[in-house]
Amino acid sequence: MKRKLEISELIFKIISYVLLIVFALMCVYPFIYALSSSFSSADAVNTGSVILWPVSVQAEAYRYVFTQNVFWISYANTLFLAVFGTIWCMFYTILGAYALSKKRLMGRHAFNFFLVFTMWFSAGIIPQYRNYLTTGDVLAGIAGASFENIDQKWLIILAMGMNATNVILLRNAFEGVPSEIEEAARIDGATELQILTKVYIPMSKATIATVALFFGISRWNGYFWAMKMMPNQRYSWPVQVFIRDFIDQTSGLVKIPAEGSDWETVIPAGFDSSKLSALSVVYAMVICAVIPILCIYPFIQKYFAKGVNMGGVKE
Amino acid sequence: MFKLKCDDFLIYDEATGTYSMSAEQQVRDETEKNKWRSCGFTLLKDWRLYLMLVPLLLVYLLWRYLPMTELLAAFKNPGTAGATEVSQQDWYGLSNFSELFFGAQRTAFWQAFRNTFIIAFYGLLFGFPFPIILALFFNEIKSNVTRSILQVCVYLPKFMSTVIITSLAIVLFRGPTRANSTEGVGVITKLLLLISPSKQFEEVVKSSTFGLVFSTRYFRAIYQITGIWEHGGYDSIVFFGAVIAVSPTSYEAAQIDGAGKMAQMRYVVIPSILSTVVIMLIMKVGSLLSVGYEKVYLMSNSDNYAAADIVATLSNRWNDSGNTTLGIAAEMVNNLIGMILVLGANAVAKRAADVSLY
Repeated sequence: MKRKLEISELIFKIISYVLLIVFALMCVYPFIYALSSSFSSADAVNTGSVILWPVSVQAEAYRYVFTQNVFWISYANTLFLAVFGTIWCMFYTILGAYALSKKRLMGRHAFNFFLVFTMWFSAGIIPQYRNYLTTGDVLAGIAGASFENIDQKWLIILAMGMNATNVILLRNAFEGVPSEIEEAARIDGATELQILTKVYIPMSKATIATVALFFGISRWNGYFWAMKMMPNQRYSWPVQVFIRDFIDQTSGLVKIPAEGSDWETVIPAGFDSSKLSALSVVYAMVICAVIPILCIYPFIQKYFAKGVNMGGVKE
Repeated sequence: MFKLKCDDFLIYDEATGTYSMSAEQQVRDETEKNKWRSCGFTLLKDWRLYLMLVPLLLVYLLWRYLPMTELLAAFKNPGTAGATEVSQQDWYGLSNFSELFFGAQRTAFWQAFRNTFIIAFYGLLFGFPFPIILALFFNEIKSNVTRSILQVCVYLPKFMSTVIITSLAIVLFRGPTRANSTEGVGVITKLLLLISPSKQFEEVVKSSTFGLVFSTRYFRAIYQITGIWEHGGYDSIVFFGAVIAVSPTSYEAAQIDGAGKMAQMRYVVIPSILSTVVIMLIMKVGSLLSVGYEKVYLMSNSDNYAAADIVATLSNRWNDSGNTTLGIAAEMVNNLIGMILVLGANAVAKRAADVSLY
């Protein structure tokens, strides 16, 4: 039965379309702008004549970024942190969530409380920072090195990026697996670990993917603790810290540049200063840092939508 | 004769007129006796489960609970000579707190505390309704392809790092490249200059050295706008799920009754999504004081502390300048209030909507 839209419905529909399209454009515009600016000449970027398309196209900014070894080292660091951090977080999250999902686990409520309490109250930045220093020292001692000499990336991988919501998300998914299947597997002689790897993990693939992506994205995007823990270890920085540091260093782009400002001297030999500006380098770096996420994003976003609806809400 | 009514645990013997324990009760007693033994037995039988739990508990113990012991420093004397470890310092009572509330640092602390509240409150005021409206709009788009494309676009900012978002905000809202002109301003500043009729805004732009993000006047607005931009689309997922769960027959019934769009909203959609809205609102209120310090840290400098400095960034700065105990005390106050808000919100949720978030 096709019914004619009422006038109020039609108006609402039009408003919805218009506002949604406007908002969607607003959401992608900064990235398009950054892309265009990174390909524009120094003059066009500095005077702000880039609006949507690149003005006097050049790729000098990228040529500069590609010659910056530190940038690519930091890129590799980020990759390293994201991969190993996610693996480590998934390792203990899957095991723990599996144990917590079992009704027969004694003290289950106490363990849950132990997790959830961290969502209510956190000690704060300074206590955490001091704690990282002391535990890092102890861990370094176990590894037979001194804290100053070890690569702090390992501490970041081990100690950071934990997320109680993810544990609860996974626990709920495991609870949704019918217990009959587990019993059947047990009768067939499966051990606890086999039940987990052969039954539970394949049956909650979607949630595991979601949680792994949550961890991966937060690792890729992590900034504060990497900056706080290794302010001077340039070669251990992740790319986020590097970009921010670059912006702070070349403050000429946010501040009125003084005569012969820092950036002028930074432009290395072999680069055309009419093509290269601090701003276009920033844009190029932003684009480089964003590309991996943009590449996987279309494939992962549906998992995220699912993950939210699975939610941590317990009714 | 008077007979006790206690069949389930005692048996009355007519002949002797005495009571004796029933078989069920004996079993019950036996179970009670064995309870602790069976407890131990389950523990042993499920040792693998406990082993699986160990890494998780260890990580949380080491890096979530152990830091809480550092909170003791809030009650210690910062100036104990030669003491680097918290445990070596002298007890100081509540002097750090009184220093914080009434002492020399009170202006900075109360300013940061007020800013935390204001940022959080504005976030609630503007950031909360936006995703709901977005979800209602998405519901109007019946074509799956169009909707998916739009959704891909609006979820995108959520996946960008805080550094990328703040960097883009800084450069897009940047000030002029030459003093007292509007030359070379960021593209959004330019747009605002075009549409803003006020001379005052132009003056602010001309005199802003670090751009609008680092100006006391516009920090809050930019913080909220980027917040909505970042989270709005993604937060709408939950509400959209609730909106599409409304059965089409409800709409049809309302339409037959002659309800226009507004009436349908009022009587069909809003009541159906209300429980989701209430839950999300309570969750938001609960996390009111845990303002993301990373973003504020990246968007503030000494120019806009008056509007941007929150307790977390302030205490971080105090720590850097050697005022550790005071910083710990400040953040502890903030986080304790935050915890009370979470628990209070959860209690309200339990009572009002019969849902518990934890």
